[in-house]
Amino acid sequence: KSLRVYLQQIQEDLNKQLFDNLVSFLRKSHSEFQEKTTEWTCRMKAREIPTAALVLGVNVTDHDLTFRSLSEVLQNTVTPYIAFLEAKDCPGIKNLMQKLMGQLMNCNIDVDSLEDEDYVQVSQNRVRCSMTSLINWYENVTKKTDSETASKKRTSSSQHWQSPPVVVIFKDMESFTTKVLQDFIVISSQHIHELPLVLIFGIATSPMIVHSLLPHSVSSLLCVELFQSLSCKEHLSTVIDKLLLTTHFPFKLGVKVLQVLINIFLYHDFSVQNFIKGFQLCVMEHFFSQPVSVLCCQLEDAKKRVNPLSHEQCENIRRLPSFRRYVESQASEKQIALLTEDNFLKETIQKLLEDLNVYHENYISVLRCLHVFTSSLPKYPLGKQIRELHCACLENQVWETKEYESSLQLARMLNKSDLETMLQQCVEIFVSSPENEFDKTVKKLKEFLTQFQKLEDAFQERDVSVPSQKELQKKTDLYHLQKTLLELKESRRSKKLTKFEMLRFEVVDYIDSLVRNYLVPADHKTLHEIVYFNTASVLREHLNAAPRIALHTALNNPYSYLKNQALKSDGGSISNKAPDICIVYKLHLECGRLINLVDWLEAFSTVVMAGEGLNADTASSDQVDDVIHARFIRAVSELELLGFIKPSKQKTDHVARLTWGGC
Amino acid sequence: MPNLEHPAYPAATLLHLESLVPCRESQVSLLLSIFGERHQFSFPSIFIYGHTSSGKTYVMQTLLNTLQLPHVFVNCMEYFTSRLLLEEILIQLQSCSSETEQTSHVPCDSFNDFVRLFKQAVASQELQDQTFYIVLDRAEQLREMEANILPAFLRLQELTDRNVTVVLLSEIVWELFRPNTGCFEPFTLYFPDYSIGHLQKILSQNHPPEYSADFYAAYINILLGVFYMVCRDLKELQHLAVLNFSKYCEPVVRGEANERDTRKLWKNVEPHLKKAMQTVYLREISSSQWERLQKEEGEPGQLKGLSAHTHVELPYYSKFLLIAAYLASYNPVRTDKRFFLKHHGKIRKTNFMKKHEKTSNHLLGPKPFPLDRLLAILYSIVDKRVAPTANIFSQITSLVTLQLLSIVGHNDQLDGPRYKCTVSLDFIRAVAR
Repeated sequence: KSLRVYLQQIQEDLNKQLFDNLVSFLRKSHSEFQEKTTEWTCRMKAREIPTAALVLGVNVTDHDLTFRSLSEVLQNTVTPYIAFLEAKDCPGIKNLMQKLMGQLMNCNIDVDSLEDEDYVQVSQNRVRCSMTSLINWYENVTKKTDSETASKKRTSSSQHWQSPPVVVIFKDMESFTTKVLQDFIVISSQHIHELPLVLIFGIATSPMIVHSLLPHSVSSLLCVELFQSLSCKEHLSTVIDKLLLTTHFPFKLGVKVLQVLINIFLYHDFSVQNFIKGFQLCVMEHFFSQPVSVLCCQLEDAKKRVNPLSHEQCENIRRLPSFRRYVESQASEKQIALLTEDNFLKETIQKLLEDLNVYHENYISVLRCLHVFTSSLPKYPLGKQIRELHCACLENQVWETKEYESSLQLARMLNKSDLETMLQQCVEIFVSSPENEFDKTVKKLKEFLTQFQKLEDAFQERDVSVPSQKELQKKTDLYHLQKTLLELKESRRSKKLTKFEMLRFEVVDYIDSLVRNYLVPADHKTLHEIVYFNTASVLREHLNAAPRIALHTALNNPYSYLKNQALKSDGGSISNKAPDICIVYKLHLECGRLINLVDWLEAFSTVVMAGEGLNADTASSDQVDDVIHARFIRAVSELELLGFIKPSKQKTDHVARLTWGGC
Repeated sequence: MPNLEHPAYPAATLLHLESLVPCRESQVSLLLSIFGERHQFSFPSIFIYGHTSSGKTYVMQTLLNTLQLPHVFVNCMEYFTSRLLLEEILIQLQSCSSETEQTSHVPCDSFNDFVRLFKQAVASQELQDQTFYIVLDRAEQLREMEANILPAFLRLQELTDRNVTVVLLSEIVWELFRPNTGCFEPFTLYFPDYSIGHLQKILSQNHPPEYSADFYAAYINILLGVFYMVCRDLKELQHLAVLNFSKYCEPVVRGEANERDTRKLWKNVEPHLKKAMQTVYLREISSSQWERLQKEEGEPGQLKGLSAHTHVELPYYSKFLLIAAYLASYNPVRTDKRFFLKHHGKIRKTNFMKKHEKTSNHLLGPKPFPLDRLLAILYSIVDKRVAPTANIFSQITSLVTLQLLSIVGHNDQLDGPRYKCTVSLDFIRAVAR
């Protein structure tokens, strides 16, 4: 789908800067290796392994993608010899070497033509796992490519230089054991003259880890340079900016859904990848569950799709709450027409869809414009990020909120230069917006700008009104003082405003009017159900599962899953119709940390017997029935399997509870 | 100073050798007398130990190379299994005398095979009348291989019945090697650390061709004055000397001072060296970055070292989890009720602390705590209600993989896992802010 391609593009753009830096580092790192090393300094200096410490942030799930694109970039520009090492594959130095050589020599097959494949296969299983064989391999390979390029005079393969560096990437530095890393670094540092090795450490936490993992004697063999990737929050805001705040995609997220996604991101994993997956899930869920989502596509397509709508589908649309509201606001004969005539309905739908489209385009421009204002206010009453503003606008009428009120207040106190730059930015936003409805707005804003310009010219002859404060100096009693103060305040309020202040008010009022016009929450719009996905609960269930709570409900209230009328209980009491494990579970909730098995069994048999009738207690009340005993043992072992209890060694015939409280 | 003398070798070679191994003359002469003449049997095994970069490897290599004694030189670190090690010795042995012969790969799985193949290899070449030397660098790695490897190497002469001497090089003393079952005792030889005078002498030996030896010696003197307190590693010192030499030469190049003007040069370079000690030496800044800085005359302040980036951005709940883990690790269980419950009982001030608890918990290190306690503290320190979702649990696991928490014991996950918080108070303070 085009969405995926689009996202990939975004990510590549974001990582470009980082990769460029890395590539130049790699190129530089072994340039000395290329040149003759006769110089005194080169001869004397200890050879260090060039190392890039790549700090990627804690969102480990995103790293895979970054590394994949990194290897692509490297393969295209610097070197074909890249090996990825993961901690879980390398418990010892032996495994590490095996993995490393396997990857490097395999890539050799890819590079070379297929004719010598049998030769490679023979040597593959017999190759010795040591640095010497690696060096031999490297010499062979570079020699081969050299002769190849010389004979064929191909320019395409000369993208790599004569002896490209061998890049070894440690994907998750933190998880590697210290010993393996140390050994590898010590070994490879001894062969750095023969094998131009470059290490890349993928670091999730902080570069301090290099020092905490490696002792000085080892870290002195490295020449570590730091590279920091874009923080994941910035990454997310770009993705939101490019994905949600555009008109490219007809599909939109409702406010609750967006909040769920953002919360998962901020509270739990910081993973942009998961955010995108969540978004994709929303798309799927929307088209799957909402019948009117047929019309969720680009405007032209949607218009085409309106005409062949069946009667059934028209009824679906009529049932939409937003459409009903629309119908109710119409005149009565039109109402009847809308509700009975499909054709008239279709025409109206087309018109409404167009409206919706226009609304979106305007919405985005005005939202950006408002963001320009609010993002520079002190304390950010409406949030620093545009996503927060977006959420606020979607949630309800933003101009009715307190935060909006306070931000307008603050905006009225902005100084001139700030205001001017903001207006300039707004003009740019509106000019770049595709809709031409904003011509007037642009004109108006430009007018404001010129007025500011004029003000500046007139700045010199601005009168300086000095409110005489001398009255305050006079000795007065408290009452008089208060009175004068009040008067002063009054006068200040009614004081004639300077031209600048007047203009400033005008600007802010104008922005306010724009907001009121265009930033209407989406669910006030007719037919918003077509493009907005709003069922946050579904999403939360899917993305933020709560296994403990699910288990608890299943065991505490089996009706919620089994849907058997007999199990419907009013809560407190323990029904004997429930499955054994539920009874045992409920009984164990009443116990402390250690549970006496005998007491438990007795309680269990009492509950079960109560249902069996009175014939049981006539037999023998002190002797527990074998069947019940067996059932009890089975239920208890099931609980143990689920991890609620475990056998305890502290007391005989007791088990320990592993959970506490209600769940 | 003892001049090297040995009847078996020409004096010119010995003189050359002496110039190559400054400050190690006595050891070399001792070794030479042990080795004896070429055809004489020497001591079966020699153990040489000394601190890092006290010239063990270098001396052995130059000695064997300049006198052209037949030898193999193997780093046990690099050939980390016994099989690799033995095969490597055989391969080098094959190639060391007969270059024309194609070296074929011979599998060698046990020491028994090695002895057999070794005998073959030695017999096939003209080595019978000479002592053959096997040098095992970083011999402490041998202890981690099979138990028979080390004792067998020590008496290789006896096992193979050939004229062979095994030289072990290590940084640790022989007492740590000796296996429980006992073994042949090698001849041990200690390489003492270089003194400051030795360092001065060795370092000034390699002066750059553009400048005079005296000039460079003066520079080395200043360098040692700064670095000798923290670093006696010859390699490291040499590296630092090269890195900072251009700065020292600067006034001379600009013509502000001549080569004799030591005091002025010292003033110029000393703060620079001090800065280098805090950055490059600790590898806060890489050497290449340091060189670039020197060229651009930039302030090192612009370039932050690795330790400067301590801040770790964590998701909201991960932060709280980490803080909760820290609290659970450093607070005794008894205080939980007092700290985290709104309506705790009366605090009995008397005898609240037992005597041994008066020492700071931070000195005792983190204590393990069960998962449930962590979650309970988490629920009480987060304002909002926290649902125990799968995400929270996976966050705990990812904190473990980031090495911010560590799991204690290898129990089953269902069996109530226990964790420890491994981060410092400063880190937690930064997170909690």
